[in-house]
Amino acid sequence: MRRETIHAWLMLLPALVVLATFMHVPAVETIIASFWSTARGARPSHFVGLKNYERMIADPVFWQAMRNNLVYALVTVPLSMGLALVMALLVQGRVAGRAFLRMAFFTPTVLPLIAVANIWIFFYTPGFGLIDQIRGLFGLHAQNLLGTGSTALYAVAAVAVWKEAGFFMIFYLAALQTIPPTLIEAARLEGASRWQIFRRITLPMIMPTTLFISVNAVIDAVRLVDHIFQMTQGGPDNATNILFFYIYRVGFQFWDTAYAATLTVVMIVILSLLALGQVVLIDRRVHYK
Amino acid sequence: MSLWDKLATLGGWLLAILWIAPLAYAVWTAFHPAAYETHFDLLAPLTLENFPAAWVQAPFARYFLNTVILVTVILAVQLVLGTFAAFAFARLRFPGKQVLFLLVLLQLMVMPDVLLVENYRTMRILGLTDSIVGIGLPYMASAFFIFLLRQTFLQVPTELDDAARIEGASLLTLIRRVYVPLAKPTYVAFGLISVSAHWNNYVWPLIITNSVSARPLTVGLSIFSASDSGVHWSVINAATLMTSGPLLVGFLLFQRAFVQSFMRAGIK
Repeated sequence: MRRETIHAWLMLLPALVVLATFMHVPAVETIIASFWSTARGARPSHFVGLKNYERMIADPVFWQAMRNNLVYALVTVPLSMGLALVMALLVQGRVAGRAFLRMAFFTPTVLPLIAVANIWIFFYTPGFGLIDQIRGLFGLHAQNLLGTGSTALYAVAAVAVWKEAGFFMIFYLAALQTIPPTLIEAARLEGASRWQIFRRITLPMIMPTTLFISVNAVIDAVRLVDHIFQMTQGGPDNATNILFFYIYRVGFQFWDTAYAATLTVVMIVILSLLALGQVVLIDRRVHYK
Repeated sequence: MSLWDKLATLGGWLLAILWIAPLAYAVWTAFHPAAYETHFDLLAPLTLENFPAAWVQAPFARYFLNTVILVTVILAVQLVLGTFAAFAFARLRFPGKQVLFLLVLLQLMVMPDVLLVENYRTMRILGLTDSIVGIGLPYMASAFFIFLLRQTFLQVPTELDDAARIEGASLLTLIRRVYVPLAKPTYVAFGLISVSAHWNNYVWPLIITNSVSARPLTVGLSIFSASDSGVHWSVINAATLMTSGPLLVGFLLFQRAFVQSFMRAGIK
């Protein structure tokens, strides 16, 4: 073998071993495990074919988790992105105290999601949390936003929006800075209104960034759900149970590892499709330039 | 200032105040006696006693130590493994390079924390459950870092590389003396990302640990605040701030570096 090849392998080996042990091999094992039963006591695991998948399709909690995840994504993605754009436009413009604004918007991004969850649980506390204190000023009665089935999912979604918007803001800030000022000057000389400039110049120019952020935001909506563990444990009555939390519950509270593997396969498929989408989008972004 | 700018300033400040309010309120209660946690009063007396109260009610000192060891070990190993891998991908020629690189990049898609069940089983076989190494091991090779650093290494002028080789430098010297110093901004950026990511990581450490000796701050905090044993909110808020404190202070001091590294992190 050539010397360079040997050097290359020696340099790659440690990283490849770690990646193979904790990513490639377990990913394949997860897929295999989804075709086997969970070993229980004296009964060892045996091949069951598509049984786990049949069970999943018949499992109302699985479908509820998928629906919840969809609603969660539909709330968090557009809202956090829209706010991110507004924040970026504000911070970029001629606003007094820009440094404070930027800090206020970005700080939640740095906090651990578990800490964020604590802050918001306190905020939501029925009766004496800040939200109910403010409602009290207007003579409105106390309410349990996290403990009510119809509001809980939106209450946890709000937390994600709070945490993520400032993060997406910095991508929009970078994108806004790439718009040539002469373009906007020219439009202004032609008598274009602010709205027209935003609609016809800014928005199209930041479109690639918008696509890029949207894929990342969707991935986060599937994966970044620590606060649900802390705030609601999927409750009340599965109202905030979403796919990743359901995998955790099945795998580590019910110890049904085969079914957890089956659910994990669904999650891997979703993440792969999103990653594929990302590659396609980034490819297209190159063409914009 | 035009009317438009005034309106934007007003709107911006309103949004910023609304945005910082949850955190500000948590800070406020953490510095005031428990009696005021249920009703906001600007004139309430200040106190520092919630912090020591939280500190003694749970082994936070140990959690801090665990987290600091965890993020340090992960980062150190990530940097070493990543540097070698990135160099091989950027500057060495060998068969199968493209395929291997694609295999590495798969991690961007299937992150270690998705494969909870199988990775837990692996750790049990290795006897590493409930240990700091067990929390960190799956993350010690970062595809994202290898990708980022390879991009940086590719930009190192080949003339520099050739000159060093002509002078008889070994590959290791070449990496240490030429490539690493030139890639310093990438190392700093990734360092900030890695430390904040693993300081904040929760689900995997929650699963893999079950004792105080390995538990990081995030898991310790969640157990402390979920204990439901009549702990006052002001104390829980103090603990919450304490656990995010180092990151928060670091962020406020190095805002620009943080924002820039996070931006790099997103542009994969």
